[in-house]
Amino acid sequence: MRVVTLSINGQHLSGRNDESVLQVARAHNIDIPTLCQLDGLSTWGGCRLCLVHVEGNNKLVPACVTNVFEGMVVQTESERLARYRRMIIEMLFSEGNHICSVCVSNGNCELQDAAQSQGIDHISLPYLYPERTVDASHDRFTFDPNRCVLCTRCVRVCDEVEGAHTWDVAGRGIKAHLITDLNQPWGESSSCTSCGKCVQVCPTGALFEKGKGAGEMVKKNEFLVYLEEMRQKRS
Amino acid sequence: MSTKKSLATIWLDGCSGCHMSVLDMDERLLALLEQAELVYSPLVDQKTFPDHVDITLVEGAVSTEEDLKKIKLVRSKTHTLVSLGDCAVTANVPSMRNPLSVKDILERVSDGAAPRQPSNVPLLLGNARPVHNFVKVDVFVPGCPPSADVIHLVLTDLLAGRQPDLTSITRFGK
Repeated sequence: MRVVTLSINGQHLSGRNDESVLQVARAHNIDIPTLCQLDGLSTWGGCRLCLVHVEGNNKLVPACVTNVFEGMVVQTESERLARYRRMIIEMLFSEGNHICSVCVSNGNCELQDAAQSQGIDHISLPYLYPERTVDASHDRFTFDPNRCVLCTRCVRVCDEVEGAHTWDVAGRGIKAHLITDLNQPWGESSSCTSCGKCVQVCPTGALFEKGKGAGEMVKKNEFLVYLEEMRQKRS
Repeated sequence: MSTKKSLATIWLDGCSGCHMSVLDMDERLLALLEQAELVYSPLVDQKTFPDHVDITLVEGAVSTEEDLKKIKLVRSKTHTLVSLGDCAVTANVPSMRNPLSVKDILERVSDGAAPRQPSNVPLLLGNARPVHNFVKVDVFVPGCPPSADVIHLVLTDLLAGRQPDLTSITRFGK
């Protein structure tokens, strides 16, 4: 590990070379939008909301999985980036069935927040209206795939933190979807410990506690960083 | 000759909540009506849509053949068309039927009896869709419903010839 100097949006900063652009930016109060990233989980780089420009590279790179290096020149805002971010969010809205007004997470949803912060007031792409079946077989929780954005936070927290690996992704491309165990109903899963971590890290209303009405589901995921710290102290 | 601008509102597939929100402007409505005349609306007794309207607020998704006919007519006679509320902007709750076919819906609402299309009810389109999927929309006002404050800002800005900036004060859902 060594300390490197770099610039983000013209601001001269320093960071460690094992840190990502996202980590260094956040440490200096530079906001980069994210959706799949969550402190306490491994990085995934799947949602592409955190794309940034790095000088000398024609491709845009995700800030969450790109480490900083000496002399790096980063731009986190541009018309091109704003256009891509809006397009990504619009695609997430159009490929699912997101009805914010009746959702348990209305007002506490990271997708809804992302749309607002990127200035999206309508979805210009055609909605696909897929047919997706809700799994309410679990005693305490419900999975509504209509609201799932495939960020894989639930998959990662279940595997990396709980150690159960009940959740996984099946299918490819537009057919990708979440499954529990070997594509069995969640309530019949033999690996699920019913800990509820997946519910708390889900950025939308796709995973929620039973009995919650519209706008009543508030997620609490601060436990993740705390668990990570406690486990590091023990090992 | 009146110098007032003309204002209309129409109600497609929605719950009327957006119109309730318009009424929630309370006494501010009186001030707005100094500047604009409400020429067509479920709130006034006027049967035909006028030939030229400056601003039309549209509540609701486009769900039936009649909705489609109406919105095309309204668009052709309106200068500034406003999608008011989530049903107009996203198709919202009316779109929850979309993963089902029209035949399945008619079967379900007929509760097992032979599905039929009543002759006095407009035919359902295959999907309930947002207004901008069919006609050009000039201003989008998300929210379920948009608050009276948001609608007030929209109308005040449009009547003054400004494009309202709503991103910080309203969003999908609310």
